[in-house]
Amino acid sequence: MTTTELTKKDMLLESLNELDFSNEPQFAQDLRTNAKKALENLEFPTSRTEYWKYTRIGKIINKTYGIQHEASDANIDISSYLIPGLDADVVVLVNGFFRADLSTIETANGLKISSLKKVIQESDGFIKDHLGAIAKTETELFTALNTLCFTDGVYIDLAKNAVIEKPIHILNITNSDQLISNTRTIVKAHDNSAVKIIESFVNLQGEESFTNNVSEFFLNPNSQVEYNKIQNKEGNSYQISNEQVYQRKDSNFTINTITLQGTLIRNNLNIEVQGEGCETNLNGIYLGEAKNHIDNHTMVDHLKPNCNSNEVYKGILDDQSVGVFNGKVFVRRDAQKTNAFQQNNNILLTDDAVINSKPELEIYADDVKCSHGCTIGQLDDEALFYLRARGVSKRSAINMMITAFVKDALDRVSVPALKAYIDTEIDTRFKN
Amino acid sequence: MLKIKDLHANIDDKEILKGINLEIKAGEVHAIMGPNGSGKSTLSAVLAGREEYEVTKGEVHFSGNDILEMSPEDRAREGLFLAFQYPIEIPGVSNINFLKTAINETRAHKGQDAITAKEFLAKVKEKSALVELDSKLASRSVNEGFSGGEKKRNEIFQMAMLSPKLAILDETDSGLDIDALRIVANGVNTLKSKDNATIVITHYQRLLDYIIPDFVHVLYNGKIVKTGGKELALELEEKGYDWIKEEVEL
Repeated sequence: MTTTELTKKDMLLESLNELDFSNEPQFAQDLRTNAKKALENLEFPTSRTEYWKYTRIGKIINKTYGIQHEASDANIDISSYLIPGLDADVVVLVNGFFRADLSTIETANGLKISSLKKVIQESDGFIKDHLGAIAKTETELFTALNTLCFTDGVYIDLAKNAVIEKPIHILNITNSDQLISNTRTIVKAHDNSAVKIIESFVNLQGEESFTNNVSEFFLNPNSQVEYNKIQNKEGNSYQISNEQVYQRKDSNFTINTITLQGTLIRNNLNIEVQGEGCETNLNGIYLGEAKNHIDNHTMVDHLKPNCNSNEVYKGILDDQSVGVFNGKVFVRRDAQKTNAFQQNNNILLTDDAVINSKPELEIYADDVKCSHGCTIGQLDDEALFYLRARGVSKRSAINMMITAFVKDALDRVSVPALKAYIDTEIDTRFKN
Repeated sequence: MLKIKDLHANIDDKEILKGINLEIKAGEVHAIMGPNGSGKSTLSAVLAGREEYEVTKGEVHFSGNDILEMSPEDRAREGLFLAFQYPIEIPGVSNINFLKTAINETRAHKGQDAITAKEFLAKVKEKSALVELDSKLASRSVNEGFSGGEKKRNEIFQMAMLSPKLAILDETDSGLDIDALRIVANGVNTLKSKDNATIVITHYQRLLDYIIPDFVHVLYNGKIVKTGGKELALELEEKGYDWIKEEVEL
């Protein structure tokens, strides 16, 4: 701990102090006060912290950011952020604020989509009890920061037995330079409900902006949630993301993290499997170029017996980009008959690209099936030559092999239009 | 069609080809035979454009173009085809899709329109029947999980799909049983015309019972040391390569 680090934190907090939450109900103010206290004891992580060993956050914290104090009513053309052919409820967040005017929500029976700020004001019963209940405000600085000053976000509430056919697409947009935005997403899936959510993080300008978002997912018995996170910010942008998931019995949670662009990205994914018969899928595709740094930290905590978890992360790193994969699976003593599989494969396209891959298993039960593995390699030159010798250009050959490489991760995305969109994005990336 | 003049090539600074001269005209079948390590596979690799080989001297003209400076894909698009001795397995890349890309990029190269889906499928059906390749195999990942014989038949299937001007079969017979050999040879013979040519590289005479060469060349120590008609292959089969070596060393 040095004085400079303290100063950086103080500076960041000082600018965020301008945000005024004094008209919020007491429970929210208490939450913010607790976060403030927690922050007093938390410091910016350095590479000496094991959890942050491969990711330095200097690029993020050595900057000064502006904040937006309230929702703007400026019109924005969102058409370029929409996913072609996707029929979805579209929820728009701009610079940290819910924009009902830009959103298109035709809520189905049993589904409620609202501004988080609004439901806090209304002292919604579930929000009052559950907001911040699983997020690691006490131990994680960026989560604490979010809890202290998230401006708005999305609350998705699924009633009992509500099976929602139409996906929900959250567009999390930054359109101002050097801006910090803190958004919070809460998903409550009641018994036997099902939903598919896509959240795209995109920008219009937004150069040197920093998105610090936290999502909390509460899955009741036999519910199913698929969350597709698309990170696609152009130019210099930073993002730290924390997803916290709580699964009760027989629930099914799938998260697909697709990182297409981003200068410095850290995804922290924590899943507590607190019931029997659960299924958990965590998949990712990350494409690094230039000096991008993309870090995926995942943790699945199996606390109860008879659960399955599957994890497939595929990375393609070009230029001088750096990837980090740290996947941890805990199988606690009571979690007998757990099947946990974890796989991380990487292709380095240049000699300067780097991957730090660390799959970890900690098993305390004695009747389980677990495996983990990681591969790091280059594109197979022999295969490239074979394809070229048939008349396929080098670029097309590389493209074909990359498409083949990411296939088993991409196949986990169950929304066809989204899958096609990701496929096209990858295709375009390696076409030139 | 193909003119090779005084071709020298190295790999890792070791000279493998030491002055090859060869001329092939449309409608001809040439067999190149020779003992292990004589440079047969190096010759096919250099012609197809493998980058790890360094051409130190000589010229190769194909249909009037100097091909040594061309990329492997451009050589293929100009009509050169290499059937690999060891076809590569490429998991996840569909045999059919990749062939469609190859055909369309070749067509674009020649300023032609892309093949229609209907035309393409009809062609796949016809050409896979030619080499008795199960159409299920044709649509799987490239060579993945194929038997040795299926891989070689897939090579000839691809050749049939691409209709090259010059096909080089690099030890296509190695590891094949008689039935597979007959199927492969039948495919090659059916594709033969007065406008195209074939180079058959082999260690054994057996394949030449099925694909009858017009010329047989013996490659030894990086040079063509003897050229003759199809009877030369029989002579080699009978006497082995030792007499050639002795003749050369004298």
